[in-house]
Amino acid sequence: MKRRITLPFAAIAVSGLLLAGCSSNDSTTTNSAAASGGMDAVPAGCEAYAPYGQLDGAAVEVYSSITGVEADAMTTVFDKFNECTGAKVTFNGNKEFEAQLPVRVEGGTAPDLAVIPQPGLLQKMVGTGAVVAAPASVEANVDKWWGADWKTYGTVGTTFYAAPMLANVKGFIWYSPKEFAAQGYEVPATLDELWALTATMATNGGTGPNYKPWCIGFGSDAATGWPGTDWIEDLVLRVNGPEVYDSWVAGDTKFNSADIKKAFQAFGDVALNPDYVNGGLGDSASIISTTFQEGGLPILDSSCSLHHQASFYQAQWPEGTDVSPNGAVWAFMMPPNKAGDPPAVTGGGEFVAAFNDKTETAAVQTFMSSDTFANARVMLGGVISANKGLDVANVDNDLMKSAVETLQGDTTIFRFDGSDAMPAAVGAGSFWTGMNDYVSGKSLDTVLTDIDNAWPSAG
Amino acid sequence: MMSMPELVPKSVRMSGLNADFWATNGENLLFALIAIAAFLAVIAALLWGTEILSRLFSDRRRGAIQLAMLVGPVLILLAIGLIWPAAQTVYLSFTHMVRIPDPATGINMEQTTFAGLENYAFAFSDPTELRTVINTVVWMFLTPVLSTLIGLAYAVFIDRAKGERTLKSLVFLPVAVSLVGASIVWGFIMYDFNQTGSQTGIMNALIALLGGNPVSFLTVDPWNTLFLILILVWTQTGFAMVVLSAAIKGVPVELNEASALDGANAWQRFWQITVPTIRGTLVVVLTTITIATLKVFDVVRTLTQGRNNTNVVAYDMYDQFFVRDNRPLGAALAVIMFLFVVPIVVYNVQSLRKVRETH
Repeated sequence: MKRRITLPFAAIAVSGLLLAGCSSNDSTTTNSAAASGGMDAVPAGCEAYAPYGQLDGAAVEVYSSITGVEADAMTTVFDKFNECTGAKVTFNGNKEFEAQLPVRVEGGTAPDLAVIPQPGLLQKMVGTGAVVAAPASVEANVDKWWGADWKTYGTVGTTFYAAPMLANVKGFIWYSPKEFAAQGYEVPATLDELWALTATMATNGGTGPNYKPWCIGFGSDAATGWPGTDWIEDLVLRVNGPEVYDSWVAGDTKFNSADIKKAFQAFGDVALNPDYVNGGLGDSASIISTTFQEGGLPILDSSCSLHHQASFYQAQWPEGTDVSPNGAVWAFMMPPNKAGDPPAVTGGGEFVAAFNDKTETAAVQTFMSSDTFANARVMLGGVISANKGLDVANVDNDLMKSAVETLQGDTTIFRFDGSDAMPAAVGAGSFWTGMNDYVSGKSLDTVLTDIDNAWPSAG
Repeated sequence: MMSMPELVPKSVRMSGLNADFWATNGENLLFALIAIAAFLAVIAALLWGTEILSRLFSDRRRGAIQLAMLVGPVLILLAIGLIWPAAQTVYLSFTHMVRIPDPATGINMEQTTFAGLENYAFAFSDPTELRTVINTVVWMFLTPVLSTLIGLAYAVFIDRAKGERTLKSLVFLPVAVSLVGASIVWGFIMYDFNQTGSQTGIMNALIALLGGNPVSFLTVDPWNTLFLILILVWTQTGFAMVVLSAAIKGVPVELNEASALDGANAWQRFWQITVPTIRGTLVVVLTTITIATLKVFDVVRTLTQGRNNTNVVAYDMYDQFFVRDNRPLGAALAVIMFLFVVPIVVYNVQSLRKVRETH
């Protein structure tokens, strides 16, 4: 009997091990907790961290979509926090964050804090009842350091849930100042001037192979199509104004309304015109098969002159590229519709939501909404924040500086990235696929109806 | 828009079995060990418990007690893990779900109403969804047929050839490649498309060499589905070849010799001796690959995410349920897939039984 039992048991044990292996967590970036227990004096450089108290090894998991060098920078910021407070913050980045967060919450393994990059996803998570309202200390920070509109994006219903963290500015058009100087082109001041410049460029041509004025890349794995949504958002905000933009994002103005159709057509006039796209890459058919990371690089070969992408595209230029106002590449803000229109920008950001009300969770959430955090993170480069406590001197380059000034400016009309604020079924679904269909040659009316059909209330 | 994009390729973090590792993962490992020990303890208690209990009863009842003790836990686990979720999915597929957020807290009130066959009607009437269903049928038909044909032809040609084992291994190797890996290999090495400039994909490089225009393999509708199917065929052919080769070796030599004496040529012998003899195995191979094909999620998820009319039910089901939050439709798609697969599974099991009986 015993001998007969051994083999199945061994098999069971092995399968158990396999199962245990399967249940291991996403790759985590671990911070070494500081061994500062028992010390009464505040260590040097920790003065700003005093409000968060001593957390004595309390573990907090911060879950996010941020990976790579950006995640390393976050880890560095939390290392300091851990050193000063004795907490054990684990920063856990996952590229599949948007899909995995709902799964984790539903499965009962919600993280302590989640860095949610879309208000639409925040609404969805709040809808499940798993997110706890922001503690008073976080709300106080947000009232102090952020504009009222940013607080709105972190509010669902009338309850304030999540504080903004970092920000980025959309609607930049990357170009080559050297080429502009050589050809005598001027940075356009209105949209009409931009279209006129496009036509002139198409006539003049360029030196690179397959020269076209614009280059566009939509490719981004499961999120392919999002660079197109940025185009439409920028055009709607400038051509139709903030009121139409707000009602469109709220779902009251449909995609197939005349207003929104106009914005799609303006984009189509460029993206579907074989004389205007796709510099160095082909024609409209190459838009989807080109990744967004590669989308602007033909500027360096003089194969295209203009590329529409957010401030973060700066990191895509190869090392050694002269990114400066008179260099090989630089960016201007997509101009307003008419001369004299107030500056309007779209942008994005992340929101830190808590899934429990433990002391240490609240402390980390408060820290992440503070000016200390904004300055510590921005100083490491690559990102900006709309936190008004951010010292512009900490921003590492001129383009980012101008973006921060735009964000903090009082006259600027700022609107959150529309697709991020729409329900996920549209903003992270049919809007993306609609953009892909549009540049693949599907008729505009079908595209717009398809996008509208996915809107949750329409079903 | 998406979240923060990845700006620079992910840096590889070096980590060893240091204090940090044990501090964070020690707990997990301990938990895993406890789980394994607990699992073994439960099984042991069950087996010995059965043994002890059955001694207390008369011989006639012993069988029933043993059956209940040993089968019971399995049935309970099946009910919790399979039957109940399946029933829930079926129920969900007949509903219509509306979420109404609370005006103050934003927490949703879920209202579920009975929708009859609405979700099913949508799956078969909406052009995009209908195309997804049709694509799945195309996958179900082409993958098993192509894999089996190629595998069978190869098995016959190399049968008793010099270096048969090596030749077999070459075709069998892709079976060991994960579908995500295979998709990435094909997507970036075979199908890569640059509309202008030099071609980095092997297929387009060949086309360019022959003087043709580059083809965007993953976007040319409807051929893109075929190119995706080829990837799965590549991984399944080895399986078909190995199983069929074994069956061919089981064809009695006397039969072949006798028919050769009667003047049958190789072609006739293949169709009239070999194929009828291995018919059972052929059916098992075909149906097994069909079932694997129905579950195909990886290829579409990795390469196109359903763009340009390449979606299949297995991916759409996940997408609708988890990403687009359209749960009733996702559930309906799951049920449709279940209905597709059931007759094939039944047929597969029956054929498998027949093959076993004959051997």
